[in-house]
Amino acid sequence: MQQHTLNVLVKDHPGVLHRTVSLLRRRAINIASLAVGRSERADESRMTVVVDAADARQVVRQLDTLVEVLAVHDVTDALAVRRETLLVRVRARGDELAAVVTLALDDGVHVLDVGNDAAILELTDTPERVDAFIALLRPVGIVELRRTGTLVMTRGGTDVALADSAGVDDPGAELYPLQAERSAGDDVL
Amino acid sequence: MSATQRTGAQILCEALIRENVDVLFGIPGGAIMPFYHALWEYRDRLRHVLCRHEQGAGHAAEGYARVSGRVGVCVATSGPGATNLVTAIADAWMDGTPLVALTGQVSSALVGTDAFQEVDITGITTSITKHNYLVTDAHALPRVMAEAFHIARTGRPGPVLVDVTKDAQQAVVEPQWDAPLQLAGYRARLAPCDDAIAAAAALLAHARRPLILAGNGVIQSGASEALLAFAEQAVIPVITTLHGLGAFPPHHPLALGMPGMHGWVHVNRAIQMCDVLVNVGSRFDDRVTGKAARFAPQAAIVHIDVDPAQIGKVVRADVAIVGDARHVLDALRAQVPPLETGAWRDAIAVLAAEHRPRQAYARRDRTAALMPHDVYDALNDAFRDRCDWRVITDVGQHQMWAAQLLDWSTPRTHITSGGAGTMGFAVPAALGAALAEPDKTVWVICGDGGFQMTNQEIATLQQEHVRNVKIAVINNGYLGMVRQWQELFEQRRYSNTRLTGPDFARLAEAYGIHGRTVERAADARGAIDEAWRHDGCALVDFRVEHEANVFPIVPAGRSIGEMRVS
Repeated sequence: MQQHTLNVLVKDHPGVLHRTVSLLRRRAINIASLAVGRSERADESRMTVVVDAADARQVVRQLDTLVEVLAVHDVTDALAVRRETLLVRVRARGDELAAVVTLALDDGVHVLDVGNDAAILELTDTPERVDAFIALLRPVGIVELRRTGTLVMTRGGTDVALADSAGVDDPGAELYPLQAERSAGDDVL
Repeated sequence: MSATQRTGAQILCEALIRENVDVLFGIPGGAIMPFYHALWEYRDRLRHVLCRHEQGAGHAAEGYARVSGRVGVCVATSGPGATNLVTAIADAWMDGTPLVALTGQVSSALVGTDAFQEVDITGITTSITKHNYLVTDAHALPRVMAEAFHIARTGRPGPVLVDVTKDAQQAVVEPQWDAPLQLAGYRARLAPCDDAIAAAAALLAHARRPLILAGNGVIQSGASEALLAFAEQAVIPVITTLHGLGAFPPHHPLALGMPGMHGWVHVNRAIQMCDVLVNVGSRFDDRVTGKAARFAPQAAIVHIDVDPAQIGKVVRADVAIVGDARHVLDALRAQVPPLETGAWRDAIAVLAAEHRPRQAYARRDRTAALMPHDVYDALNDAFRDRCDWRVITDVGQHQMWAAQLLDWSTPRTHITSGGAGTMGFAVPAALGAALAEPDKTVWVICGDGGFQMTNQEIATLQQEHVRNVKIAVINNGYLGMVRQWQELFEQRRYSNTRLTGPDFARLAEAYGIHGRTVERAADARGAIDEAWRHDGCALVDFRVEHEANVFPIVPAGRSIGEMRVS
């Protein structure tokens, strides 16, 4: 079982998130994180989902069966920019609080709020850096932690397909013609 | 309303006509009333069959689709009407049956408020449909219906549900029939890629012990002739799954029979010994593979399937060929020369002689009991003497005996619920099949358990003046298959499997069809002929030995090499 990261382009229709997540659920594929939002195109959304799966190709093929999934790319090993945002509330007072704030500022971590006995920090970086920062904070005392899930954008200009979804993706595919069996002519009535 | 405007309900009717639908099966109710109101205007072009339970309507649509290859259509109202369709939709999902289910939904303003007869049917059926729609705007209906039918009938066929709110059915709009379909995310590949064909051909070139496994996809694709041509060209023995029965002539020298849990010993042994397995149109269902990790351990596997998601799902594929079965078989035939398989075929023949299929069912000395196999012998004789028949089986022991013992030589003659194994499938499916092909005789073979789940559709047969359905009830007073497992694996603890029922022949007469009871082997053939000759539907209650078993059997969790034969 390994973690795989998939970029999924979907139609922005009500229920598409449900369909995607429901498919993964019933195939017993655990979702480690999911980030989704509108894309640059009017009715399309982009999703980055990190799953635990033994066979990534199967997951890609399964997602590809959904009518509202336009494309699925396994970007686990792709040359890519990976970012995740972390908000964390740390409990500390006095000198300890000052030390945490200094540490954060030195490290490129934003300090969003400072109270008498707690501070809210924000970090946007690779998932690994986020993990490392959380580990650093644990001895101090984390009250609450929120992560957005990873966003992945492949380097090099376009989001290129890296995994073969059993030959479906090649443009040379001869496809079932649309409207093949519908009755000819508009004067049906 | 201007001359070109239509209500959403009228658009639904006209969309069905444009898709060449001629019959639909359903039951009206509050949320689908506007559709039924409009349907009345089109009744000379759209025949609606009022069923007795929406599950029956769903299975009838399936039966229609399974014998004709066309999309079956069923209709229900919201709430319990829609949920009553769920079993049939799940059945169509598992077996790849093209189906469009149309359901009424409460008005859009009420959706999500737990309104009367409201149910989230699109949520409920998400995992058992290829796609589904909730339509709240009548403008979308022409496109949605065209998309629904396209999705249902292409690629690996399957069910699509269209849920239409009552206000969308009532709205008056100008229909745009040429609205472009929004199916950019749905692509179904027909022709295989050359590299994949070359790879398969290369694998076969070195094969000493090749096998072809042919499934539902061969029949759905109309690829029987292509299969025969390829098998004969390459001289490779052919195995047919439960849904593949009828795809390959059963007495052909290359025909081996059915594999899997209740397949023949020599077939399963051959799979365990083969070095190349070409799977065309089957999905490696666990009834075929047994313990998947120990399936075909010596074989390189070529998996040919129109649905890429089946590749590598259960069993590894060494060569994957995505495409339509007929296209792929033709492409392979061009690349694979005759192989040297004489020694292999002789070895299989030796195994077959040693394990003699049907040996568990050899005629014994005459006893008083009517054995199920006597019934199948009589059916085989009757079928042999006639053509133009279809058989629809229900689920259980009788289903396995039918698969094993009857001669299946033509595609779409053997119709059964395989993947879902839905009891109660057969009688309503026969209704659909009978209407799809009024010139064929449709024989239902069912058990007393399954029969009692949906037999009310016999009333529908009478209502529609159907005359060509004959029902054979293999009546053993048990949920037979479960009882068999309790006998073999659970120390004969017959927990809740003993089943009582009415006098089926009298029940048949109450429905207005011919009924007959048979309790002796000598009477079986006569009863079948009498039912066949009868001008109208008929039922024969075969009261068989209670504790007969299906053999061979691969116990659950075992490899197909480990079969029990008695």
